[in-house]
Amino acid sequence: MAKVILDFERPIFELEQKIVEMRKYSDNLDIAHEIKSLEQRVDQLRRSVYNNLTRWQRVQLARHPDRPYTLDYIGMLLTDFVELHGDRHQGDDKAIVGGFGTLGHQTVLMLGHQKGRDTKSNIYRNFGMMNPEGYRKALRLMQLAAKFNRPVITLLDTPGAFPGLEAEERGQAEAIARNLFVMSRLPVPIIVVIIGEGASGGALGIGIGDRILMFENSWYSVIAPESCSSILWRSWDYKEQAAEALRLTAPDLIEQGIVDRIVPEPLGGAHRLPDVAGATLKSILIEELTKLKKIPVPKLLQKRVEKFAAMGAWKE
Amino acid sequence: MAWFKRSQANIQSENPKKEMPDGMWTKCGGCGEIIHRKQLEQELWTCSKCQYHFRIGSKEYFSFLLDAGSFKEMDKKMRSMDPLQFTDSKPYSRRIDETIKKTGLMDAVRTGRGTIDQRPVVIACMDFAFIGGSMGSVVGEKISRAIDAARKHKHPLIIISSSGGARMMEGALSLMQLAKTSAKLAELAESHVPFISVMTDPTTGGVTASFAMLGDIHIAEPQALIGFAGPRVIRQTIGKDLPKGFQRSEFLQEKGFVDIIVHRREMREQISRVLQHLHS
Ligand SMILES: [Zn+2]
Repeated sequence: MAKVILDFERPIFELEQKIVEMRKYSDNLDIAHEIKSLEQRVDQLRRSVYNNLTRWQRVQLARHPDRPYTLDYIGMLLTDFVELHGDRHQGDDKAIVGGFGTLGHQTVLMLGHQKGRDTKSNIYRNFGMMNPEGYRKALRLMQLAAKFNRPVITLLDTPGAFPGLEAEERGQAEAIARNLFVMSRLPVPIIVVIIGEGASGGALGIGIGDRILMFENSWYSVIAPESCSSILWRSWDYKEQAAEALRLTAPDLIEQGIVDRIVPEPLGGAHRLPDVAGATLKSILIEELTKLKKIPVPKLLQKRVEKFAAMGAWKE
Repeated sequence: MAWFKRSQANIQSENPKKEMPDGMWTKCGGCGEIIHRKQLEQELWTCSKCQYHFRIGSKEYFSFLLDAGSFKEMDKKMRSMDPLQFTDSKPYSRRIDETIKKTGLMDAVRTGRGTIDQRPVVIACMDFAFIGGSMGSVVGEKISRAIDAARKHKHPLIIISSSGGARMMEGALSLMQLAKTSAKLAELAESHVPFISVMTDPTTGGVTASFAMLGDIHIAEPQALIGFAGPRVIRQTIGKDLPKGFQRSEFLQEKGFVDIIVHRREMREQISRVLQHLHS
């Protein structure tokens, strides 16, 4: 059961609690009937809530503290995982984890932003906000993958690149730009998956690939709704409107030609049944990789540049 | 707290009202000197007393960087489509229309071909006056086409940046322009055509985190604000005042991210010299 209950999850949660309570006295047949009708009600309620989520509600689900993070997916998807550390220059950024592991029958490099679940682990992970050495760590691992011809899978889940003093001193902008530059031409297949929050350049810094997948309840945009609200509406109170205006959900991004495929989540979100979310992602990744590995590298790289070159809307 | 006040006054990018006023006399943003328009133009919009660089646009840069009459503009009519039908305090489409009317520009970058000392170049210059020099689809596409032109003709590429970052009103499509321009630059690099990135005040956010930081040579005007996060956001994050000169050209050069700081007066000559070394 989820420890954190979002506002719109509350009525469902309360019904579920009631069913649990009633089950304690379920020796009585009359109650069994009642339980059944309650179960139908909660099922209906779930459908009506989760099939009609607003954009802001999806943002909240994407940030749900019980949602699976990169290390959870690595645990569910890969065997023989070997985590690698550091950029060989500045240090080891804990906001990003990465290493080699076996997916199905093949070795892949999997890397992604890593958030923490409580205050202590969030401080350790810097809330999933990378510093320049994080982008350079990712770059080093990706170049290693290319050297040994292993596909790359990146998982995006960050509230943004860290806006700190040292981050600027060490070239946050250069580190992100360098990754975009190198990833565009990295001679192995790359699959990008937005698993939670895809906030701006901090997310995109590990987000160039041949296939861009997005979990059903994740978001991806140029700015977080709160920051957008504070800049354009000059107040933090317009986050719902900002989320609507930014069109930042998976179906929105499919429509904009940015995302290729939505990864379906169990009803209520990936945090309700993480194993199901993991199994779905695993089978989709294997399917996508099989297709990508058939494409000769020069063609793959040409298509990768063309893919991003086609993004945008203009008239002349 | 005295230095804090002073550094506040130095952060020009937080004060958007710095574009050239229309009158005959202008007050220097650095030392307060009153300068006549003619003189300012002669000094390439810098203060001869304190070397303050006024914020100028593509028209001015093209006028003193390129050989007279050599500029041929590309993609002159390209304009934004408002793909998200975005509305904040006013609809984005109206904001675009009004800005076009006010500035006489179609979007935040102009691109074209020209010559510098008879050497053909492809050049792009951003206009901060157009929605803070923000990068949306049009900026990304025009820059990408300029890169393609440089690659096709094997002419050096020069991009003069001045931008507050990616344009919010085009959402994720704006973010993808970072990817698009960087991918195009990766292709250009493979054909050994030089790319000079010139950073002016301010160059921040998505523009810095893509093409502006991917030059073979990085040139900055003196005292320009260059960074990823804006000073206000960083100040909020760390809860402290920022050191003097933080995120200025001189600071970036000290940290290893800028090759040369060039006074506007010497910009043309320095670019010409670099091109002679890399591409003759
Ligand atoms: Zn002055």
